[in-house]
Amino acid sequence: MSILPTEFGDLEPFADWSLESEAERYAKRLSSTLDELQAFYDAAFPRLEDAMAYIDQFEFTALPPSATRLLWLCYSLVNASFPVEVWRQPRVPDSGAASMDMLIEPAV
Amino acid sequence: MAHFAKPSEGSWTEHYPELGTGPVSYEDSISPEHYELERKAIFGRTWLNVGRVEQLPRSGSYFTKELDAAGTSIVVVRSPDGTIRSFHNMCRHRGNKLVWNDYPHQETSGTCRQFTCKYHGWRYSVEGQLTFVQQESEFFNLDREDYGLASIAVETWEGFIFVNLDPDNTTSVQEYLGDLGAGMVGYPFDQMTQVYKYRADVGANWKLFIDAFAEFYHAPILHAKQATAEESRKLSGYGFEALAYELDGPHGMVSSWGGMSPPKDVDMVKPIERVLRSGLFGPWDRPGIDGLDQLPPAINPARHRAWGVDSFVFFPNFMVLVWQTGWYLTYHYWPTSYNTHIFEGTLYFVPPKNARERLQQELAAVTFKEYSLQDGNTLEATQTMLESRAVSQFPLNDQEILLRQLHKTARGYVEDYQKSFATPVRISAAS
Repeated sequence: MSILPTEFGDLEPFADWSLESEAERYAKRLSSTLDELQAFYDAAFPRLEDAMAYIDQFEFTALPPSATRLLWLCYSLVNASFPVEVWRQPRVPDSGAASMDMLIEPAV
Repeated sequence: MAHFAKPSEGSWTEHYPELGTGPVSYEDSISPEHYELERKAIFGRTWLNVGRVEQLPRSGSYFTKELDAAGTSIVVVRSPDGTIRSFHNMCRHRGNKLVWNDYPHQETSGTCRQFTCKYHGWRYSVEGQLTFVQQESEFFNLDREDYGLASIAVETWEGFIFVNLDPDNTTSVQEYLGDLGAGMVGYPFDQMTQVYKYRADVGANWKLFIDAFAEFYHAPILHAKQATAEESRKLSGYGFEALAYELDGPHGMVSSWGGMSPPKDVDMVKPIERVLRSGLFGPWDRPGIDGLDQLPPAINPARHRAWGVDSFVFFPNFMVLVWQTGWYLTYHYWPTSYNTHIFEGTLYFVPPKNARERLQQELAAVTFKEYSLQDGNTLEATQTMLESRAVSQFPLNDQEILLRQLHKTARGYVEDYQKSFATPVRISAAS
């Protein structure tokens, strides 16, 4: 069963990155290998402009569920861009045991 | 070579001669005894920012705040008449914590008509009056009037809610925040209601994290890997120089250049930043609201074209960062012991109108975490080595003037507090 808009069928193999909270997205990033992060990034990054254009067809405060799920996937891309574009590892370098939790984030 | 002008004295630090220029001691950050004094002298006596008015949208909206350093928990609540009140979070019957969910030490928020104690069901109005006593006739001459919640002074400034736990305090928050605070009045904080809030437990004295965020001398080095390799080399070659510093009583600010928002050359930044037009300094495009062109006088005080961000340090533990691109950040540092504290970083944006704006804000929020994790971890390394006391005097440069001021101010509060006793205890922290 597809969860993303049909126009984004090519991203359906990465639908498990469509996660609602920052905590889930960050946890998935840390539990992924760099190869997995790279594969997701390579598929999603070239579709980022298309995704924004698709979502912006709708009123931002009243997105249909499939557009919201596409947006969540874009949030994951933002998160995964750090290990792929700069760190070359899932964790932030020199961050050791430090952790930081998001207590409040936007509803959508 | 200096890129930006300094005061006629030759340095920012010498412009404020009371600060001195000698090496400083960090004993104030590694001594449990000194921390115990700070709890009373600072956190028990100064105005503390505990939140924003947007957290209390309607009558009965409340939140709790754990103030470990001041040795209490408080509840902040909006009354039906719109007034914001604050109380010690404590039932007047036998002292149970009044407002909490599953875990007594976890902060909570919500909306209610009244507060009900979980222990024996005593109830209080949101104005703090005791309204119901279980089996009231079993008590002896109990007058409910005498058992309202213990109130705390609460005032707002530009939508920021402050409390003061000192019952003898006579200074208004406006007066306390001084010229720096007055100079920020009118900034459209009230329109920036899209909130991301982070929290971290940090293994370092609270002042050490303020130190880290009150200077940018570290930025080109500690965060070198966050920029492209070429850009990173360039940044560390330039180093950091502020546009201006302003010190005002216990408070201070540093005004900084804009750097990468937007970058002069898009090849300087990462691909995701190029596509989204956003990064650490926030979205590159300003939101379409009023109040960003005519800034209040304390913001970008040098009126510099290259201005990017101002960092205000309001003593003791509240920082506000105002960005040229129309958003702001707050930092809070809540001590839990001499070498631990809770750090809160909160980002405030104008609510996004579309997916691009939303993703620009997401990138800024995610980038903030990536940087802060590096900052936080470095602090633990600093704390443990300071505690070795292998070295006790440390040189601070001119771009670290706010650190010099912070530690001097904090020591001053402790010394004043000690003077209020007949037999002062001399502490070794003073340098």
